[in-house]
Amino acid sequence: MGEFEVHRVRFFGLVPAGVRCLACQPRGGRLALARTDGAVEVYNFAANYFQEKVIPGHETRSVEALCWAAGDRLFGAGLSGEITEYDLALLCVARSVDGCGGPIWSMAANSSGTQLAIGCEDGSVKLFQVVPGGIQFERNLDRRKGRILCLSWHPSDTHIAAGSIDFLRVFDVCSGQTVQRIMVNYHVLKVRRECIVWSIAFLSSGTVITSDSFGRVQFWDWQRGTLMESHTVSTSAVLSLAVSEKEDSIIVGTSTGATYQFQLLPVKMGSLEKRWVRTKPFQHHTHDVRAVAHSSTALISGGLDAQLVIRPLMEKMQKKGYDAALRKFTFPHRRLVSCARKARLLLFQFSQHLELWRLGSTDETGKDGEVLPLCRMPEHLVQLKSKGPEHIYCSCVSPCGSWVAYSTASRFHLYRVQYEGDGVSIKKVPKVPKLLLPAYQLQFSSDSGSLFVASARGSVHVLQLLEPGGCKHLHTFRPPSGSPEAVYLLASSADGHWLAAVGGDWAIHIYDLKCFKHHCTVPTYSCAVTALAIHPITNNLVIAYSDQQLFEFSIPEKQYTAWSRMVQNCGLHRVWLERDSPITHITFNPKNPSHILLHDIYMFCVLDKSLPLPDNSALLMNQSTLKQLPETARQRQLHAFKICKKFQPLLFADLLDENCLVMVERPIMDIKTQLPLPIQQKKFGT
Amino acid sequence: MAALCESFTLCGLGPSGGVGLGGGLLALEPGPDPDHVLLTDRGRTATLFKVSDQKPLGCWSVKHGQIITCPVVCNFETHEYIAVHDDKVLRIWNNKDINLDKVFKATLSADVYRVHSLPNGGPVVLFKGGGVRTLDVLLEAPQQEIENIISDEVIKWSEAFMEGQQPVLIFTTEKDGDFFVYVQKLKMNSLHKYKLEQQELSKPLSFTAYIKNQIITLLCLYSNDSVYKVLIPLQQNTEEEEQILSKSLLLNLSVSGSVLKGTSFVVLDKDHVAVLGSLAASGEESKECLTIWNTKFQTLQTSKELPLGTSGQLWCYEEKFFFTHGKVLTVIMYKCETSSLAAAVGKLKDSQTPDVSSFVNWNTLGDEELVVSFQSQQSVALKSESKMTLRSKRNTVAKVQPDTLSVGQLLLNLKDASTTAFEDELRQLMSKAQMPDFQATIGCVITALINRCKTNPKYYPRNFLLQIVQTRDLSYSLCPDLMAVALEKKDVHLLQICLQRFPDIPEEITYACLKVFLISEAYLQRIDVNLESVICYIDIEFNNKEVKTEIVENGFNAELEQDIWDTKITKETHLTSDGEFCPVGPQKAALLNAVLHSAYSETFLLPHLKNLPAQQAVLFLRYLYYLYVKCSEKINTTLPGIRSPTINQIMDWMCLLLDAQFTVMVMLPDAKELLSNLHKFVRAQVRFYSELNKIEGSLRELQRLNHQKDSQTYSIEVLELI
Repeated sequence: MGEFEVHRVRFFGLVPAGVRCLACQPRGGRLALARTDGAVEVYNFAANYFQEKVIPGHETRSVEALCWAAGDRLFGAGLSGEITEYDLALLCVARSVDGCGGPIWSMAANSSGTQLAIGCEDGSVKLFQVVPGGIQFERNLDRRKGRILCLSWHPSDTHIAAGSIDFLRVFDVCSGQTVQRIMVNYHVLKVRRECIVWSIAFLSSGTVITSDSFGRVQFWDWQRGTLMESHTVSTSAVLSLAVSEKEDSIIVGTSTGATYQFQLLPVKMGSLEKRWVRTKPFQHHTHDVRAVAHSSTALISGGLDAQLVIRPLMEKMQKKGYDAALRKFTFPHRRLVSCARKARLLLFQFSQHLELWRLGSTDETGKDGEVLPLCRMPEHLVQLKSKGPEHIYCSCVSPCGSWVAYSTASRFHLYRVQYEGDGVSIKKVPKVPKLLLPAYQLQFSSDSGSLFVASARGSVHVLQLLEPGGCKHLHTFRPPSGSPEAVYLLASSADGHWLAAVGGDWAIHIYDLKCFKHHCTVPTYSCAVTALAIHPITNNLVIAYSDQQLFEFSIPEKQYTAWSRMVQNCGLHRVWLERDSPITHITFNPKNPSHILLHDIYMFCVLDKSLPLPDNSALLMNQSTLKQLPETARQRQLHAFKICKKFQPLLFADLLDENCLVMVERPIMDIKTQLPLPIQQKKFGT
Repeated sequence: MAALCESFTLCGLGPSGGVGLGGGLLALEPGPDPDHVLLTDRGRTATLFKVSDQKPLGCWSVKHGQIITCPVVCNFETHEYIAVHDDKVLRIWNNKDINLDKVFKATLSADVYRVHSLPNGGPVVLFKGGGVRTLDVLLEAPQQEIENIISDEVIKWSEAFMEGQQPVLIFTTEKDGDFFVYVQKLKMNSLHKYKLEQQELSKPLSFTAYIKNQIITLLCLYSNDSVYKVLIPLQQNTEEEEQILSKSLLLNLSVSGSVLKGTSFVVLDKDHVAVLGSLAASGEESKECLTIWNTKFQTLQTSKELPLGTSGQLWCYEEKFFFTHGKVLTVIMYKCETSSLAAAVGKLKDSQTPDVSSFVNWNTLGDEELVVSFQSQQSVALKSESKMTLRSKRNTVAKVQPDTLSVGQLLLNLKDASTTAFEDELRQLMSKAQMPDFQATIGCVITALINRCKTNPKYYPRNFLLQIVQTRDLSYSLCPDLMAVALEKKDVHLLQICLQRFPDIPEEITYACLKVFLISEAYLQRIDVNLESVICYIDIEFNNKEVKTEIVENGFNAELEQDIWDTKITKETHLTSDGEFCPVGPQKAALLNAVLHSAYSETFLLPHLKNLPAQQAVLFLRYLYYLYVKCSEKINTTLPGIRSPTINQIMDWMCLLLDAQFTVMVMLPDAKELLSNLHKFVRAQVRFYSELNKIEGSLRELQRLNHQKDSQTYSIEVLELI
């Protein structure tokens, strides 16, 4: 098929923030995750754990606890002392209320989702009522000294268990009084060390489960105040704890990166007497596991190493399939890199700054696998720091390289970059139109003449870029039937005629840029769109969904193409469908119209539409086999998917020109070196 | 373990259908589809049921005054129903018909005993006189004459099977306390009559049969509460006088003092039978029970009491039992898993393990097994002695001895029989499988065959011998003359199989085989030999250039060879890796591989190898050299294919051959060049490996460097996608 010159880029110094807390939506299919930088993410179980929504962080807004209340409302609380409600349609903070108790360490919603309890630095537990349009302070429970680090409601909503330093307390919700106080360090007499109760859970049977800094998981009878069982799982702290909905299984996370499952099992086969037994240990993390969650089919853990690990419980699985795979997410499911193809520039998006790099070059050629000598090294051109505490939502560089745009929650910036010899000058475009912010995605047209800004409520703004450095608002597209959700992906056609936009409701709208009107809507598909792009020649829209399906929709004809129908009829290869990370970028080769280039974290694939699809008996990743075959034998083995797994983890791949690719990798080892040292554990000897 | 599951009622039964003698149903037959049964009562009615729905789907009855005399069956090919009423009137109808008066009718000339419907063979009609017709033949001329075969015997039971493409009908008759078995093959129009071996003081109550591997296994439930097994081989050419069928005890229906008086039974699988009957403990009232027995371990697996009584009939279709219980027809599902120790401890694998070889282990034969073996011996002897109780092991063994002799006696009797009769008889003897000392019997059979070969030089049952060796687990010591005769007859295929299968071939015979293989040449081309060990590495295209190959090798310039070693080595290895041809044809190679694979002891083989003619020795060495080169081509030094020789076997044989023939080889001009090539090749190998050892550290370093290169932050690489 051909040889490519691959610019293998490893200088994108992204360090994803650690996972601070997790919350499974009760009876819902979503998982909320908060990172140490204050970012909140929502993963959708039904859409193959796709990272559906991202609310970027904020310097002053740490999130210590997350909880779902009143169905699908998401609340966060943190050391700033405020309780924050997130708007999941507009992907921003909806409102904040001061807790009036100093930094908030913990928060829990009752089982009906009508009340929130927060545990504060000053030792108070406060109740808030969840009302439409916000939350209302209800009352304080009995206040004692000592910060409340963790909270748990009894499933009947009558009592609250709260963990503190050296003791745990149980409150009666009606009277607000402390009805039980249990010292947890009682059994450790020899050293006077404080014992921190890091996490607590209250079961309907009246059992209170605590995990503490001594590495113990303890089961208490709250009424008698007695210890029922104690398991020491680790020499270091057990930081997190989560109980399954059926209360027959718990997961705990420790500061050594190990997680353990405990199960309530009969003492003997058929016996009614049950005990908690430590059943499965897992070591997926290298650092503190600060957050765990227990969905109905999986153990979920998040650590300071930024990994979200979803470990399915095989006994709950009916068949081997997508759900049965262990998955680890370290990187976002959207791209943080944009590429100026013509100018050979890369723009990297960090949480609070941007970096613009120029790629190096070579004048030699070689054979497969060879590393070519460089005649020019890559160059770090500009670092753009975002002012203020807000993190960046999105960024983009224009194909010609002379425009750079980014947006935070409240501000939109457009820069004009000029290259004079080796020097670079950057100038802010002074008067940008006032738009509804934040922008969720930015996309320059291929002639760098206009900028598309994805915005809230399904709208897309079109800005015209003016020389030498200005812009004006041309038009705003809105979906004809309206939509509450923000647009999160954009694609424009090379001829400047079409624009496709996907919102949080997963509907794909296509707009006509020539006459500024809505052209059509792609038939709805019940899964999240992870990437889309418009073919430069045929104007076919290629769509990748989170269930790994691929569709091709002809924009001029307003229908799926014959090839797309053929793919749906034949079905994609089993191995392709079982991949666990979504396609994050699609691009094309104008010289080879039948080629579609796509990639996810673990592979880069050239999809050749002119070749037959592989059936399930064929080898999907057949490149290495093909390379060993003689030329004549290859023909029979060829199929449409040409997959290369050499570059991992792959954050971005794009075609610079006909046979030149750029691949942006971020080796996990490079991230690990940026993290603080994990707890030293002895492996050998004494 | 077998287990009875839940039961349910299929339907209520009329006054005649209930419990008691003469009550019950006429029969229950499978319906046109799975999960359907056809019930015929003793009156006028037939009903079609869907079992899982407990629902009747159709009901047909004949006119008042008429009576259905033969169970209604379904023709599986046409989905029509066939009934006979008033013994002679045949009716055929389908689902849409309501009134049986108006459907197809044919009046036959003789009384029908039963109609059997076969899934692929169409219905077969058995007349009371023993005549058999397929329905098609019968319908062509309904009034045709039906012969009476069995005179005044009375048919007790009948069953039909498909054997390959032809229907086979078996029925049993009784006359004056004697029981006869008839086997009729319809297509071949052959009828065999057997007499069932008599059993004192008891007679068969119920029969059932199944067919497997061309052998009908007839099981008989006797009134002495035992189930006997009778094997009837289908391959029978001789139409001689009636033969007596011997039976062997399969199962004794007694559990810890109580005895099951069986009335009917069915076979569930190869180890399980279900028996319906009344369980009577001494001094207690008998209770009717449905029981499942394991014949392998002779144990009662499960039972269910049926307090309301049964009619003594039991049917079994699709893992369900059907029987009358009180005034209803009850269905019980069952599960029947192969019993094994593995299953008991939960280690059973899904795939069935191949049958382990069944050599007799005299040490482990327990008393219980001995009883069985003793009784089977008894039956083989065809002379039932008075039943003996066994007291001591020694006694038993002493008793067994004359019985084995009696197999020998039988063989002795056959000595003068005609060739075909002789082979038939032996096949029949072998059909008595599952005898504990079966191996010994096979040994006797082969000895008999071989003796016959020796006396009659023209006689050599090539295929029969091959079949026995391939299908049974034999050893050399069991049939010591077999290989000698095969050597004499130059039956290389048999020798190959023997070499592959026998664990205990003496070195002398191995050597003899080697010699025969090396010498035999031209006619090998035509002979069918198992080539699976060679086809993966030999170049078949070259095998007819065999002679030319040798010329190339012999024509190799000997003077050039005297040149400097090192340059030669590279050339030499080059030649062998590119252009070395196999010095022998694939057939011969396969045979030699069989020799390489056989077990031997150097000390005993060496003296024989010294006798190998020089030409053969050189050829063999050349072949070994070829194999060695082929092995060395692969990084893992193994040859592909099944039963291909390993590099150790090749090297061992090479050393052995050189040791044995060293002086000859040194003297022989032919061998000189081969030896020098061999020497150089081995030396090159040794050097190569020692060099590899030296640079091992550097290679590791290279690998490390490769990793380091990866850690660069930027590079431009070439990627080829195909």
